[in-house]
Amino acid sequence: MGFFLETLFGGLMSGMLYALIGLGFVLIFKASGVFNFAQGAMVLVAALSMARFSEWIPAWLGFENLLLANVLAFIVSAALMFLLAVAVERFVLRHLVNQEVTTLLMATLGISYFLDGLGQIAFGSSVYSIDVGMPKDPIFILESLFEGGVLINLEDLTAAVVAALLVAALALFFQYTGTGRALRAVADDHQAAQSIGIPLNRIWVIVWSVAGLVALVAGIIWGSKFGVQFTLSTAALRALPVVILGGLTSVPGAILGGLIIGVGEKLSEVYLGSLVGGGIEIWFAYVLALVFLLFRPQGLFGEKIIDRV
Amino acid sequence: MSASDRDQRIGKVMLDLQNISLSFGGVKALTDISFNVREHEIRAIIGPNGAGKSSMLNVINGVYTPQQGGIEFEGRRYTRMNPRRAAEMGIARTFQNLALFKGMSVLDNIMTGRNLRMKCGLLAQALRWGPAEREEIRHREFVENIIDFLEIQAHRKTPVGRLPYGLQKRVDLGRALAMEPRLLLLDEPMAGMNIEEKQDMSRFILDVNDEFGTTIVLIEHDMGVVMDISDRVVVLDYGKKIGDGKPDEVRANEAVIQAYLGVAH
Repeated sequence: MGFFLETLFGGLMSGMLYALIGLGFVLIFKASGVFNFAQGAMVLVAALSMARFSEWIPAWLGFENLLLANVLAFIVSAALMFLLAVAVERFVLRHLVNQEVTTLLMATLGISYFLDGLGQIAFGSSVYSIDVGMPKDPIFILESLFEGGVLINLEDLTAAVVAALLVAALALFFQYTGTGRALRAVADDHQAAQSIGIPLNRIWVIVWSVAGLVALVAGIIWGSKFGVQFTLSTAALRALPVVILGGLTSVPGAILGGLIIGVGEKLSEVYLGSLVGGGIEIWFAYVLALVFLLFRPQGLFGEKIIDRV
Repeated sequence: MSASDRDQRIGKVMLDLQNISLSFGGVKALTDISFNVREHEIRAIIGPNGAGKSSMLNVINGVYTPQQGGIEFEGRRYTRMNPRRAAEMGIARTFQNLALFKGMSVLDNIMTGRNLRMKCGLLAQALRWGPAEREEIRHREFVENIIDFLEIQAHRKTPVGRLPYGLQKRVDLGRALAMEPRLLLLDEPMAGMNIEEKQDMSRFILDVNDEFGTTIVLIEHDMGVVMDISDRVVVLDYGKKIGDGKPDEVRANEAVIQAYLGVAH
């Protein structure tokens, strides 16, 4: 039982990270109706920027304070993601208003390749580390209930809490502010939104900035766990099943989808892995997503599309 | 309000459309159309299907840019308009095929109409800073009045997609009203409604015009309704203007009768 719980908690925590990356996809899909292939590249660029600036800034300014370095690097990276959002709107989206969704999709693929390249030119292509001073030591809980207790990784726990807070804040923002309402309005109907004077351009900049910020947080957590390297860009696409599971239009769906996939991966690896020779973790999420596509294509919470014939 | 009272209210020319021509590729949607709209009046645009009525509305609202002609709104002349600028100048509209934000509640849908009037920044809203909070409450009060006015109190929290069609049309009107428009464009506000719903909607339109003094341009197919509520009527056929005047004059117009009833060749 203790071992089961340990696996479960481990799964929940990596699930939170998936949820965070999935959230980036959902935000942009909600606001512009397009699946943003560049989300992974955004995570990479954000993580690279965080890793490099936290190293460069102390060197330039000549101080040695980990916390200050990280705070400054975070601010610079967030500013970078904002500039990116402005650039994407100015040079890509603005010219594609009212175009086919496929066109927009291809555009995000283009942005993705562009960012992959730019990230490496600007920040180098080695493996970097991010150290935001997260506690590394494992702790044991529930020792009174089980022999040996349940091992919990404090780093994972911190990450999960940060992710959960961010998600909650975003959900509240979307639901209860005027700007959040405008964002949802744009997501529902571009034309109507324009007719009541909601500025599409500004909304897109906000959405891409928020998605950039989410990418930054995801990048920091991922980077401090596994290091920052080029593969991060494609690794982020592993969150794809998360949004298929949760529904592309649902913030809570992204969270629950992330948790299900995180837990499913870990549990299946441990309990089913031996039956098929292991390695389940790598493809489990995709198979689960496939099953969902067959039986519930709109995902757990997505809007069911009913077309008038 | 009696007919003569109504006539007295009508003021100077507010919107003047001069020689508007619009074509899509080789298809001429509008050819050399001129007419004006006076303050406080209800101006109807009628015509058979495909006559260019919706195109006309889209020109006023800036969705389409006409190849020729100009638009004068409150004394200023525009050759190009866009929907956002139109909204800022106080032009609101509803849509022929509902364009509501389906996933959002009735209240939220109408609240979006207040968007342009919200002055507090993103950060202030996010942090629920005092002024932003007060602003939200003030707008909410305004919207509640609209909800009362349109008699949809019972549905304020219902997602719009779940409401019956007639009520959705009201929400569409409510969202436009929330903008406190000077000029309100209604694209077939009564299409697909039964008689009772049409009567309700006519009453709302007249009340908006009477109580708020809003100038209204509407497209409608139901001749009875048009003749009852509008002050002046423009008739379009195949993108050309074939009649313009008071309902009675239009009804007696030979070209209009031919367009509607056909003519023996």
